[in-house]
Amino acid sequence: MNDAAARNFEYLAYGLIAVWAILAIYVLTLVSRERKIQRQIESLQRMLEDRQGK
Amino acid sequence: MSEKILYALGGVAAILLGRNLLVMLTGLPDEAFQGAIFRIIFFHVPAAFTCFLCFFASLVLGITYLKTKNLRYDSMAVSVTEVGLAFGAANLISGMIWARIIWGIWWTWDWRLTSMLICWLLYAGYLVLRSAIEEPTERARLSSVMLIFSFSVVPFVFFSIKWFRTQHPQPVLYGEGKMDSAYRAMLYGNWLPLLMLAFVLISVRYLQERRQRELDAMRRAVHSL
Repeated sequence: MNDAAARNFEYLAYGLIAVWAILAIYVLTLVSRERKIQRQIESLQRMLEDRQGK
Repeated sequence: MSEKILYALGGVAAILLGRNLLVMLTGLPDEAFQGAIFRIIFFHVPAAFTCFLCFFASLVLGITYLKTKNLRYDSMAVSVTEVGLAFGAANLISGMIWARIIWGIWWTWDWRLTSMLICWLLYAGYLVLRSAIEEPTERARLSSVMLIFSFSVVPFVFFSIKWFRTQHPQPVLYGEGKMDSAYRAMLYGNWLPLLMLAFVLISVRYLQERRQRELDAMRRAVHSL
């Protein structure tokens, strides 16, 4: 494989990695949002229990 | 749709994408002029199609919200727009990497590239606008208007390569464009799992948005006790 073809393949790899990385980052933001919602639900439940206790 | 079905659909999409990746790297020949880098088209173009499809859906949902005032459509619109933006980013970045090899530059202020960037920024602005408004109905109303305004750029992006002299290649799937049948099959074959993936992401995001709204309503109720 000559230099140009090797460089071509190298950039193809960068392109594919970039596409997957962007989608993976988006999935991670969804996961982190899910955790945030879960934390909010738990804090709301605690708040409700506190108010009912009083 | 149950979350289990969604995750199963995501799994099928991932398997199909993996299979396609293997076939495009080992089964398809290099393109005569561009060489191996040509294979980026199998992600670049389907990502653009998915992105525009999402933006079109968000336009319809924005209009539907303004007509019905049902916040469900606003939740759907934000989910669809966010996923469209992710695919738009994949399209822009993969295009830049292709351009580095074929044009020798990462970026040029060409009609197609510039209009796509402006379009992406407008939709990103939609998300910024949403985060700046607290009141749900006001946020839904203004952001629906923003969606309609943002979509006005989409036809411009799509037809810019027809209307202006651009460096961007002419379309290969319609008009006078030609593409080898094996490449064409791979392009559509890769679009299908990307669409499935987009559907899964939109559905998961929509479920989150709905839960967040319920949570906000509950919080207001608790505070008013």
